[in-house]
Amino acid sequence: MKLQQLSLFLENRPGRLEAPLSAIAAEGINILTLSLADTAQFGILRLIVRDWEKAKRVLEQAGWVVNLTEVVAVDVLDRPGGLAEALRILEDADLNIEYMYAFSLRRGDKAILIFRFEDPDRAIQVLTEKGLHVVDGEELMSFVP
Amino acid sequence: MMSVNSTMTNQAHPMWDRAAETMPRAEREALQLERLRAQVERARRVPFYRDILNHRELGPHSIRSLDDVRRLPFTTKDDMRRQHPLGLLAVPRKELARIHGSSGTTGKPTFVGYTANDLQTWSDLCARFLVAGGLRPEHTAQVAFGYGLFTGGFGLHYGIEKVGAAVIPVAAGNTRRQLEIMRDLDPEVLICTPSYALTIADTAREMGLEPRALPIRIGHFGGEPWTEDMRREIEEQLDIQAFNNYGLSEIIGPGVSGECQARTGMHIQEDHFLVECLDPETLEPVPEGEPGELVITALTREAMPMIRYRTRDIARLYRDPCPCGRTTMRMSRVTGRTDDMLIIRGVNVFPSQIEEALLRVEGTTPHYLIEVSRPGTLDEVHVKVEIHPEIFSDRMDRMQALCERISREIQTVAGIRAHVDLVEPRSIERFVGKAKRVLDKRGLTD
Amino acid sequence: MLKELWNDAEGGFHPASAPDFLPQTALKEVQLRRLRAVVARAYAKVQLFRERMDERGLTPESIQSLQDIRHLPFTVKTDLRDTYPFGLFASPMSDVVRLHASSGTTGKPIVVAYTREDVEVWSEVMARTFASCGLHRGDILQNAFGYGLFTGGLGAHYGGEALGATVIPISGGNTDRQIMLIRDFNVTSLCCTPSYFTHMVERARELGIDLRELPLRVGIFGAEPWTDGMRHHIEAEAGIKAYDIYGLSEIIGPGVAAECSAQDGLHVFEDHFYPEIIDPDTGEPLPDGEEGELVITTLSKKAMPMIRYRTRDITSLITEPCSCGRTIRRMRRIGRRSDDMFIIRGVNVFPSQVEAALMAVEGTLPHYQIILTRKGGMDRMAVEVEVTPEVFSDSIRGLEDIRARLAQSIERILGIRVELRLVEPHTIARSEGKAKRVIDRRNEG
Repeated sequence: MKLQQLSLFLENRPGRLEAPLSAIAAEGINILTLSLADTAQFGILRLIVRDWEKAKRVLEQAGWVVNLTEVVAVDVLDRPGGLAEALRILEDADLNIEYMYAFSLRRGDKAILIFRFEDPDRAIQVLTEKGLHVVDGEELMSFVP
Repeated sequence: MMSVNSTMTNQAHPMWDRAAETMPRAEREALQLERLRAQVERARRVPFYRDILNHRELGPHSIRSLDDVRRLPFTTKDDMRRQHPLGLLAVPRKELARIHGSSGTTGKPTFVGYTANDLQTWSDLCARFLVAGGLRPEHTAQVAFGYGLFTGGFGLHYGIEKVGAAVIPVAAGNTRRQLEIMRDLDPEVLICTPSYALTIADTAREMGLEPRALPIRIGHFGGEPWTEDMRREIEEQLDIQAFNNYGLSEIIGPGVSGECQARTGMHIQEDHFLVECLDPETLEPVPEGEPGELVITALTREAMPMIRYRTRDIARLYRDPCPCGRTTMRMSRVTGRTDDMLIIRGVNVFPSQIEEALLRVEGTTPHYLIEVSRPGTLDEVHVKVEIHPEIFSDRMDRMQALCERISREIQTVAGIRAHVDLVEPRSIERFVGKAKRVLDKRGLTD
Repeated sequence: MLKELWNDAEGGFHPASAPDFLPQTALKEVQLRRLRAVVARAYAKVQLFRERMDERGLTPESIQSLQDIRHLPFTVKTDLRDTYPFGLFASPMSDVVRLHASSGTTGKPIVVAYTREDVEVWSEVMARTFASCGLHRGDILQNAFGYGLFTGGLGAHYGGEALGATVIPISGGNTDRQIMLIRDFNVTSLCCTPSYFTHMVERARELGIDLRELPLRVGIFGAEPWTDGMRHHIEAEAGIKAYDIYGLSEIIGPGVAAECSAQDGLHVFEDHFYPEIIDPDTGEPLPDGEEGELVITTLSKKAMPMIRYRTRDITSLITEPCSCGRTIRRMRRIGRRSDDMFIIRGVNVFPSQVEAALMAVEGTLPHYQIILTRKGGMDRMAVEVEVTPEVFSDSIRGLEDIRARLAQSIERILGIRVELRLVEPHTIARSEGKAKRVIDRRNEG
């Protein structure tokens, strides 16, 4: 149920984001979603890709520092309150979110939330019990052409 | 405490100690010789010196002329470090009135001890250059040097007090507050590093004050290298006369030398310091007026009789007469170093200290670069550290905590605030052999 | 006994301490002579003081006995602000050798001035302070009071020097280096604020250094109120004797009063600083032994004489002889400063009361903070206390228990409800000088 997320260290200056993205594009690896957290001086690029093992190899060979993290994807209705509802469930269950980001799918009315939890296994259990749909890797790939 | 010396007033060139400062050269050299012999005798109480002197069969008897100083051994910063904390003492620890520190090449500072007499001498020496540079008993002086373990503010503080002028011990930092104090309390004299004087001018303008209208008329600046261009800049911006002084804590602190009204070199207090100027490679004296490394023997220090201390400072020495009437030898500004020591906002920093700080944070060496710049008036240090898997995290807070931790370690070890820039792998140039760790973009020499 | 104590190598006494042992009659003679001189000086040189004397029909000749001091006008902190910067100076700038200032957190700053003689007196009373705390020539004194415009650093520095101790002028901050020096130099004595020393103790433990095993013997603490509970904690954790000292910049800086080996009240150096206790509401003098506001007259200050300065500090004077042999009177430790006091729901609260309550519950280090808020017109008081390894329990019940005991302890002393929050270690800001214990947000938003 858990997804493998790659994260990269980037310096925060013009052109730095383009380089790793080009590197994996050149290998024909499809990016499902990405998120960028940054400070004035550096940033962390987080990626979910179709073939993470290959992407990791490609990026590392090009000299990037790459980390692998397990994250959890949840789909919610893409309408006002959809996110809030999911967050409330997590809060009631006292689950600690280290960070999160969201993306909308091209088709349909669903949005996907990506969470990094302190305890992903317990999170998956709670979310499933509360009737939320945890999206696994295969399903996520199927959303994207 | 001593009262104001009578020779100070009613003279064209007031002096704190006219007899010492205008002593004929032959007479002074006789005094130096006598003191050098006594100092060699005193040094025999220090095991470090005693061993070397015995080994080379040297003693006071070996010193027949001042040139014989060259028979004596050198003392280096490393010798001090190896004697941590206070192995070079010539007096029992109980006799010490004060302990100061100075940057070591590692995280441990090197320490210097002073007897009560040493402190008296030190204040007198500071009084000499302060008076030579226009300080008078009726003045008020704002001391914007840090007070603390490193000698900075203390020598001048006591020197001003000795002259009988009023001290405002503001210490370093909080520039707006410095200016409020200056505006309200009317000091005529400012004591700080030269770069800080420019910061004060900048901040005054930000506060809507005209820097030239500030009450200060005289500035005594030291603690870091500066240039004639900077002097003109400071004098123009603040409408003051700016004087240079020199000293180092291993010897005594500020007070080794200082400028007079002529401002053509700093008068060396030769009755207390025997200064040689040597070629750092051959260790032979350079001709008068040529640049070389200053090597200083402290002739009167009781607690720590430094023999031929290698300062690593490059300067020139002059013997031509000065219009002020002082008969002492003068030295030029310090124009460079024979080691890699940096002076950042008046604090001495060795690249090895930064490396030591990085070593304390696992995974941050070996690839780093220290970049020193002066974007405005104050020095800025950026330490670039290459990221690699061991220290990388996908969490922002952890990465920021890493930067803060490195910065804190640098503060602890080197006593300076540094910006830590995490950079991508392999972005710092690789060197074969000795790595270049420092990029100094300040342009501090003429 | 006096003779034996003259041996300065054995500690506790120093030639400068002689006035501490003056017979009462001789002391009173000195005081009266100096009082008359200082009143005459202030009357001649300070306009504000002269006007207040004239209004009351007083002249310097009105002072015939020490009791006559009660007729003199008070000086208050706002007088220093209103006459800033030079209005209360009794010496020309050519005689002034030092200026100190305090920042104007509550408005205009104040400035204080010293002549050469004033600096000498200051050094003397600080040397007497250290001697009273058992220091002597040859002691290594680490001075971690901040140097600068704050009088603590330079006051202690000059005192240590006058005593003949070895002074390490390290100033505040860089706690790791402080601890390294204590260890490497066999430092025997240290001065700073009690809250900073508590932080040092904590940091030493983190570094795996046991202060009790080092030669550090004496701590001299001041510049903020602290409790006996804190003293016991410091003494046990660091293996030292912890002494309280008292002073304020308006009077001279540190060096107004100090504890002795008896640790039972602070001896006031009353040959230079004449103490009175008054009722803070009526201004009437109170007899010795009664609690009230401390008022001090500087008997020998030249540059800036202070006549009956109202300190805002609440204490009482002790006249019984002290076991140490000093004849000068003692004052009780300052538990309360009227400036620190806050009123919550009509109850006067001093931070020291909260501290005493926290210390009463075993194992709690004094890292705490009081936060005052107002909700719906109602004042609320919260106390945040850092959880220490000693009290930490991984069961919710255990934590709940300690929380309740702390809250009850405070409520018992103050008689008001407080919200007690346990917070993570190191989340309350550490201070390298005076600790900020109270955050008042009642007038925000």
